[in-house]
Amino acid sequence: MQELINRAKELLENGTVARVLGWKAGDLPYNPEPAYFESAESLKDFVYNGFCGANLSKYMIEASKLEGKTLVCLKPCDTYSFNQLIKEHRVDREKAYIIGVGCKGKLDIEKIRNQGVKGIESIQGAEITDAADELKIQTIYGEKTVAYADAMLERCHVCKGKEHKIFDEEIGESKETKDGERFDEVSRIEKMSPAEKFAFFQKELSKCIRCNACRNVCPACSCRKCVFDSNKFDSSQKANVDSFEEKMFHIIRAFHVAGRCTDCGECSRVCPQGIPLHLFNRKFIKDIDELYGEYQAGDDTDSKAPLTNYTFEDAEPSIVGKRG
Amino acid sequence: MYKIAKENLSALFRLIAESSELYLPVKTAGQVNFAAWSEEAEVALDILKSVKSPKDAFFPQSEGLYTVKREGKKMKVEPEELKNKDFVVFGMKACDVKGLEVLDNVFLADPIDTFYAARREHGTVVALACHEPEESCFCKVFGVDAANPAADVAAWMIGEDLYWNALTEKGEALTEKVKALLTDADETAVEAEKEAIHNIVEKLPYMNLSLEGWNGDALSEKFDDKLWEELYKPCLACGTCTFVCPTCQCYDIKDYDTGNSVSRYRCWDSCMYSDFTMMAHGNNRTSQMQRFRQRFMHKLVYYPANNDGMYSCVGCGRCVEKCPASLNIVKVIKAFQKQGGEK
Repeated sequence: MQELINRAKELLENGTVARVLGWKAGDLPYNPEPAYFESAESLKDFVYNGFCGANLSKYMIEASKLEGKTLVCLKPCDTYSFNQLIKEHRVDREKAYIIGVGCKGKLDIEKIRNQGVKGIESIQGAEITDAADELKIQTIYGEKTVAYADAMLERCHVCKGKEHKIFDEEIGESKETKDGERFDEVSRIEKMSPAEKFAFFQKELSKCIRCNACRNVCPACSCRKCVFDSNKFDSSQKANVDSFEEKMFHIIRAFHVAGRCTDCGECSRVCPQGIPLHLFNRKFIKDIDELYGEYQAGDDTDSKAPLTNYTFEDAEPSIVGKRG
Repeated sequence: MYKIAKENLSALFRLIAESSELYLPVKTAGQVNFAAWSEEAEVALDILKSVKSPKDAFFPQSEGLYTVKREGKKMKVEPEELKNKDFVVFGMKACDVKGLEVLDNVFLADPIDTFYAARREHGTVVALACHEPEESCFCKVFGVDAANPAADVAAWMIGEDLYWNALTEKGEALTEKVKALLTDADETAVEAEKEAIHNIVEKLPYMNLSLEGWNGDALSEKFDDKLWEELYKPCLACGTCTFVCPTCQCYDIKDYDTGNSVSRYRCWDSCMYSDFTMMAHGNNRTSQMQRFRQRFMHKLVYYPANNDGMYSCVGCGRCVEKCPASLNIVKVIKAFQKQGGEK
């Protein structure tokens, strides 16, 4: 982390960048927040550890409008989102100085809590430089140990890889965290009967409180004004009506980001009700892979996307009927 | 003081549900929220905080107000019925109960919100003391005693028993109904539990948060502070903090066209949303900084100004746990404090 801070200071001081977009230490061991740093002095609060899960790519939409370059710290998976935003002309590459930061898997405080950890005072092992495979957590109720892998976000278990897809320079090592297959859960659900599928998603989506965190954090949801924010629309953004959340909102959103979603996993990370929203997106990604050939959104900035491109080999609409 | 063995709680819930609706913490798809009791419900009394606060029981996230139907050339208005059945909310915590006091000051003041008032009249609250408070809790800062919930019935889960103490007439009435399942108990165990809770509370990191400078008179000083320009930046403008909060009380009123009638309903609103308080002339808060500022000014300045100094935060810490950008009211209070210290 010190190397990162030193480099950020240097780039701020020599005028290459006007600000640094990173994470600021929180007031609990697990709650750093995305933050801008405009002076070398302010970087004393900079942190980069296991709890810096937030994908800063989306903040670059606004940062692209600011005067001067913004140094942005992107983890390997975040770079896919940044590339996709370039492709959609939502960020300005020239306004970004990208430091690809190493990643050894990001932590999910909910997963830690679910293992019976409460009253957290300090957490050891979450620093990027820590080599340990476990977290030592000091709590008011005694010391607990949690395996790092058991505290990781779902997305890290199916990590897309250690490679930064776009960067100006890289700092820090990344670690292999993948221990599962990305489409396994989707395949499991595909095997369910329609009634079972419906019951599964109804149970999950009935928890939705329409806070819109999934939409607002999503780098693919970059519309200036969302259709659900229109006050001319009956089922607008905030009314929590079970049938709508269960049947419509999340599915419409998944359709809208289909072919553009990089599977960054932010939707599931931020959901206060722990709804596995990424499953919808992954189902679309899996279908696109099968119907149009393998495609990873955000892999590059200039290839043609399957859903906005036409080839003679494209699946016919009748495929829907055939697949059931 | 009475007690009931934990293993008999199902019988207690069944008995309460015979004569009233019963809402309590229920686990669905891995998350605990307040929901109606049923034999199949996975009751989760051991959790400290439900994701959403239990305020839904009195102020639901969405509720119908009236329906307008066309009958020939006439319009018929059918108002939604007010709550007219008794119900019990079991397992609220001291902070959530204090949250009701905040809502009461708004909805029971003139003009009275009849929908809310009817629910308050028919609702009985059985609140549980917090056996193991957590690091995100700061109820003491707002004068809440986690060991002594000020509800109709205060309860304590100690070992294999639940201790039960009626504090109000409604609480006495409920106690009468379920007396067959309760046995007399002395207060020794409860006193020890209260002391244990108080000792834990003292160790919590946020318990000594200072509210100095936050009051109903601090309007211009806080409103004009440049600090907001910095604090709001990570905010995603989602409504998580407002929708999990036990005291946020803003709502919007909207019409839903059903095809052959119009249903007017209200739903919680969030000051974080772009159309919050949108009026014919437009919106009076046009930037996210202004929306962000509104939430904290309301809780710590405007509400106290209108309610004899009472804050409209109860320190439940749900926003601390749930904000996707790790922002929260504690960080805001601390940031102002820090700035004050450096001046």
